Amino acid sequence: MSIEAAAALSSKDVIGIASLEPMEIELILNTAEELLEVARRPIKKVPALRGATVVNLFMEPSTRTRFSFEVAEKRLSADTLNFSASTSSVSKGETLVDTARNLMAMAPDYIVIRHPNVGAPHRLASVVPASIINAGDGINEHPSQALLDAFTMRQHFGRLEGLKVVIAGDIRHSRVARSNVFLLEKMGAEVRFAAPASLLPVGVEELGAATFLRLEPALEGADVVMMLRIQRERQKNVNFPSLREYYDFFALTPERLELAAPNAVVMHPGPMNRGVEIDSLVADGPRSVILEQVTNGVAIRMAILYLLAGGRGEQAADS
Amino acid sequence: MSRLLIRNGRVVDPSQDIDQGMDILLEDGRVAGLGERLEGPGDVEIVDAAGLVVAPGFIDLHTHLREPGFEYKETIETGCRAAVAGGFTAVCCMANTDPVNDDPSVTRFIRERASEVGLARVYPIGAISKGCLGEELAEVGEMVRAGAVAISDDCRPVVNSLLMRRALEYARSFEVPVAAHAEDIDLSDGGLMHEGAVSTRIGLKALSPVAEEVMVARDLLLAERTGGHLHLCHLSTAASLDAVRTAKARGVLVTCEVASHHFSLTDEDVAAANYDPNWKTNPPLRAAGDVAAVRQALADGTVDAIVSNHAPHHTDEKEIDFSEAPFGIVGLETAVSLALDRLLHGKVLGFDRLVRLFSTAPARAFKLPGGTLRVGAPADVTVLDPRRRHTVDPTRFKSKSRNTPFAGLKLRGGPVMTIVDGQVVWRAD
Repeated sequence: MSIEAAAALSSKDVIGIASLEPMEIELILNTAEELLEVARRPIKKVPALRGATVVNLFMEPSTRTRFSFEVAEKRLSADTLNFSASTSSVSKGETLVDTARNLMAMAPDYIVIRHPNVGAPHRLASVVPASIINAGDGINEHPSQALLDAFTMRQHFGRLEGLKVVIAGDIRHSRVARSNVFLLEKMGAEVRFAAPASLLPVGVEELGAATFLRLEPALEGADVVMMLRIQRERQKNVNFPSLREYYDFFALTPERLELAAPNAVVMHPGPMNRGVEIDSLVADGPRSVILEQVTNGVAIRMAILYLLAGGRGEQAADS
Repeated sequence: MSRLLIRNGRVVDPSQDIDQGMDILLEDGRVAGLGERLEGPGDVEIVDAAGLVVAPGFIDLHTHLREPGFEYKETIETGCRAAVAGGFTAVCCMANTDPVNDDPSVTRFIRERASEVGLARVYPIGAISKGCLGEELAEVGEMVRAGAVAISDDCRPVVNSLLMRRALEYARSFEVPVAAHAEDIDLSDGGLMHEGAVSTRIGLKALSPVAEEVMVARDLLLAERTGGHLHLCHLSTAASLDAVRTAKARGVLVTCEVASHHFSLTDEDVAAANYDPNWKTNPPLRAAGDVAAVRQALADGTVDAIVSNHAPHHTDEKEIDFSEAPFGIVGLETAVSLALDRLLHGKVLGFDRLVRLFSTAPARAFKLPGGTLRVGAPADVTVLDPRRRHTVDPTRFKSKSRNTPFAGLKLRGGPVMTIVDGQVVWRAD
């Protein structure tokens, strides 16, 4: 790789790919590679975070990301507390900052936050001394997802630089797409967004990705094909007509996958809509690395927590 | 194997900058030769076009064929008979049928019926929204795959600006224009004729021109933002055409059309018609200043196409009070003659521009085959006699409907022969 790894993360938080340096990304990926091995041990635990407390503050429904963080935390021997919007004081009208200040009174070292509002983790990071890890803020960023995606790509191709990565689907509502394009651009990959213009955000070219209004031309020679979940609840049938038509023109089918490079891999951040954005023959096919993404997700999240431990204890700028 | 040699005509083909005496050989549905004094093979059928103008087939971007659902007004068969009798080799038919053409099965039905009829080419226009209700996008991709060439909720504007924006964006994936019936329904306020001195004088409820202009402005802004192809239907006011002119100059992807009655009649004609609903159309017949602006826009290239906006209605629907009758005028059998009489002989434009407006530019606007007589192009030809004098006689219309304000009008110039796919499908008596 042409990018050298940093010695440590520069911030107490991992809030977005936008604020990470390429060398830091490299460091996280390298660290995850070492930690991947923990999952293969009979006793899947290391003592790195013994005595540390992690709060998982999930203000939006999540299963796989929350479980993945929790598994990562437990494998590092941290103590974990789980908050979810429905069962916490948030449902009683408490503001995010008040929730966080109350939590801080219990002195957690990390807060992993998933929030429907863009910028919530940023705000939290500025008011509490704990390390904040963004587990998805609205349609803005999902940094650990982009890191695990990059990790999975690197696992298959040994590099990120020069890879042709297609990201297809509802780009406009996708924090996964945004974090991925930020990361892949920094690491020298070539990103292609494929979607009807009604699902593309305005000015998307400025993010550095080439855009395609049909899937087929984007797939030509692609190394990685990442299909995004169609979030039906967000569409109201104004952005595209129907799931049937979406499948017909924009789903990854075995025939369309033929257009990609012969050794291309297929990714999906989950949960999948089978028969909408991805055909089951592809999702379960030999080119699919969707379950590897899930396995790698734990290692990436362990790496983030582990590396932030080095920066722990520093005061937040304006707390 | 069918061969047709059209001799001694004046060939006007703007796609090749041709305007000169030439012969054309049509063979197996294609233009096989174009040149001076062509010799056909032995079994060729010869048409003598001396004194006539030979043009690439005329294409009507805006027709209502009414089938399925309103066969008492028009059918695909009678509509196609009317089209070829009016000099059109192809028509694009609007989606406001019953069921609405918002589904590929309807698109396919129209194409299949048209191919059984075998006269004019018929290009279906799919709906923008399901049921033309302006709420959810129709299956644009499926319809395009089934043969739709554009999408439009014509007769109803897309009120929801977000839906219009998404339609312009979504249609880009399928490279079809979004054809807009530009009208702000609230501003129209149930109006029946053009709002102005005449409407006040004769007492008919007025329909403001700004109802059209506001929507034209909105749609141009949306097209500019989205990069989608906007096609504006039946523009009729000076301000609408000015807006298109400046938008085109800014590089907005926009095309537009004008209906033949909008350069032929004014609101004074409505007054003179003594409340006859055959003069009732939407957009309404405009003031003289708007008609002059329409003619100017036809001459200067602002307008891409002259259309018939053929809107057939049954006699029973039109022989009632002006206020109760539906909007609409039949136009397939008068549009070309009106253009020759009012625009060519009226010295508004020359043959090159006229053929451009009926053939080359509409073909380009909707990406249709034709619009050219290049060798290899479809053998669709319209033959015109610029000197032919005739009187509009609705009783001889091939259309099922007779709702025209032009009955009894004497016109100079008209189509005399229509050739589709190398076959003569209509010849003037």
